[in-house]
Amino acid sequence: MSNILEARHVVKRYAGHTALDKVSIEVPAGSIFGLLGPNGAGKTSLIRIINQITAPDEGEIILLGEKLQPKHIEVIGYLPEERGLYKKMKVGEQLLYLAQLKGMSKAEATEKLKHWFIKFDIKDWWNKNVEDLSKGMQQKTQFIATIVHEPKLIILDEPFSGFDPINANLLKDEILELKEKGTTIIFSTHRMESVEELCDHIALINKSKVVLHGAKKEVKNRFRDNSYTIEFIGTLNANPLFFEVLDSKPLEDGITQSHIKLVEGVSVNQMITVLLEQVMLISFNENIPSFNEIFIKVVGGEANDIL
Amino acid sequence: MNKILLIIQREYTTRVRKKSFWIASLLVPILIAAIYAIPLYLFLNSNDTKTIEVVDESKLFKGKLQSEEDITFKFIETTFDQAKKNLYKGNADIVVSIPKDILDNPNGVKMVGKKSIGLSTQFSIQGKIQNELRNIKLQRANIDLKVLEENKVNVNAKTYTLNEDGGEQSSSSTGAMILAGIFGMILYISAFLYGSQVMNGVIEEKSNRIIEVMISSVRPFQLMMGKIVGVGLVGLTQFLLWGVLTFGASTATTAIMSGKIQEKVETLKQSGAGSDEIKKYQDSVKDTNPLSSISQTIENISLAKIIICFFLFYIGGYLLYSSLFAAIGSAVENASEAQQFMFPVTIPIILSFILAQVIIQKPDSPIAFWASIFPLTSPIDMMVRLPFGVPNWEIALSFVLLVFGFLGTTWFAGKVYRVGILMYGKKPTWKEISKWVFYKG
Repeated sequence: MSNILEARHVVKRYAGHTALDKVSIEVPAGSIFGLLGPNGAGKTSLIRIINQITAPDEGEIILLGEKLQPKHIEVIGYLPEERGLYKKMKVGEQLLYLAQLKGMSKAEATEKLKHWFIKFDIKDWWNKNVEDLSKGMQQKTQFIATIVHEPKLIILDEPFSGFDPINANLLKDEILELKEKGTTIIFSTHRMESVEELCDHIALINKSKVVLHGAKKEVKNRFRDNSYTIEFIGTLNANPLFFEVLDSKPLEDGITQSHIKLVEGVSVNQMITVLLEQVMLISFNENIPSFNEIFIKVVGGEANDIL
Repeated sequence: MNKILLIIQREYTTRVRKKSFWIASLLVPILIAAIYAIPLYLFLNSNDTKTIEVVDESKLFKGKLQSEEDITFKFIETTFDQAKKNLYKGNADIVVSIPKDILDNPNGVKMVGKKSIGLSTQFSIQGKIQNELRNIKLQRANIDLKVLEENKVNVNAKTYTLNEDGGEQSSSSTGAMILAGIFGMILYISAFLYGSQVMNGVIEEKSNRIIEVMISSVRPFQLMMGKIVGVGLVGLTQFLLWGVLTFGASTATTAIMSGKIQEKVETLKQSGAGSDEIKKYQDSVKDTNPLSSISQTIENISLAKIIICFFLFYIGGYLLYSSLFAAIGSAVENASEAQQFMFPVTIPIILSFILAQVIIQKPDSPIAFWASIFPLTSPIDMMVRLPFGVPNWEIALSFVLLVFGFLGTTWFAGKVYRVGILMYGKKPTWKEISKWVFYKG
């Protein structure tokens, strides 16, 4: 899989602080890429650079194999975290305007918009003023504005904020459908469960630097700590040659649940052999860390109040 | 380029579609026509005759106060108190009491009206008594009224300006003053009106948060210029509508009124008035129409020159100020925050309006020259000076400087705007704003 977007050693300084410090990421084509990080880490700065809203002080962005340039505006769709539309404009007119600014012809834009209005079942909104729409309706309108010009790369900044569960699901389905069609999606979020669910690749930015980067599985593997959750009947004693018992608690019917951690170099098979000598094993599961845990671990205590 | 056109189109159509635009476009010509039509109408319809009873204790005025179209004097022999009592029931409208010692005490005249006495009626009665009193006093001093009358001379000089080829050109400084005043007002109002429309448009985009979507599609400078040009075109459309509608409305009023004027002239002729009197009447009708002396001035300095200069200086001045207003709008988050920053921008506008008063008085003074050359004041002050005759090289110099002026301000505004529109949360200071100019991309 080739990369649709690469950031190479991007540096962005503002008066007094560095927002991005030699940030490099690679976004594979056709993937859903999660851009994670606490508030103020530099996510929005990076997104703005990709959207050519600001320019980097150092480094470069490669999009579709070329250096980022004005014509690329048309292949990117951007949904900012701070949503906004012209309140006094009619929905249809506004979407036409935004689509034309992305380089579509009026006829083409009208046709595409009709398709989306039918799909989202909002045909009677066309002549409504934006200010008469509910917040959820405005979000839908803005989502259409983001994707109507069929961009190759869609950047969604906190896409789920402000959506009710039904619309959030609709959005999720839409994101997956776009991925099916080969669109690459970058989305920045705090909501780790959506990362778990949707992302193939992630980059975690903290304090202006990329601290984690790679495919979701691979990142998770890096955070496996060789600990397992086991359930059994009998009495378990720690065996310092093979594992240590972190904690134990009794469940119903004489079953006990324990967390154990293997000594380095011990294989799963060896563990099972040792365990079977002591107890009647009912189940065992490797503790694979959730992104929530990874996030907290990497970002540290300061992130607690954000999550 | 195509995108700028789209932005201009949106800015223009959304504003022109607003009700407020059409209300303003219709109301102003109606007001101007009314300013001209109402006095004319009142003048033509002042048939309401008032009967005035005079209690003349001095016995000096009987038969000497001439009744006129709108005032009929009636001398009565009762006392003032009695006349007042009768006023309620009687036909008279006003009772005037002239005291015995009027010659020594001219302030002793009293008037009592059924209703409150209008100023013009009061003045006309006062004037008549005053004239008569003067005549009596002159007579008593043995001055022959006839001699006095014969010695009244009217001097009516016609003013001319020397034009470039040595000929004479009649100049009407009243017309020039009125025209200058109108230009000054239009440019003064439009600098504020359309400048603040640009500013509010920028603030709206920023507080609506649509700005981030917009500048992911277009460059900030394109967005700013698109807005400035769009609003500027709205201004030009409004001027055009005002011009056409005002012309239409005043032509219509004149057409309606001219029948009446003709009628009046006929009645005057029938009543045996001399040609002098008729001419005097026609002149006084003309005087109520301010456009007549203006149109005379316009003829003298060429309509084309005025219109071209008006558009050039409107466009130049508008670009200069509206870009500054756009920069202010980008730096703040709501209109109330903008006040503080608007102050330094409004000072030169107000200053040029104050200077305009000086220029109307002394159009050739050095202060008038410099005010009409300096880019921040020239848009208003050059237009004010224009009706008095300005050499072409001065106009050219002033306009070239104005072009440099607005190139400078749009450059500055573009730099501030691009940083400002993305700044949220804290109110910037002037120091910070000046730093933005040097930020990179």
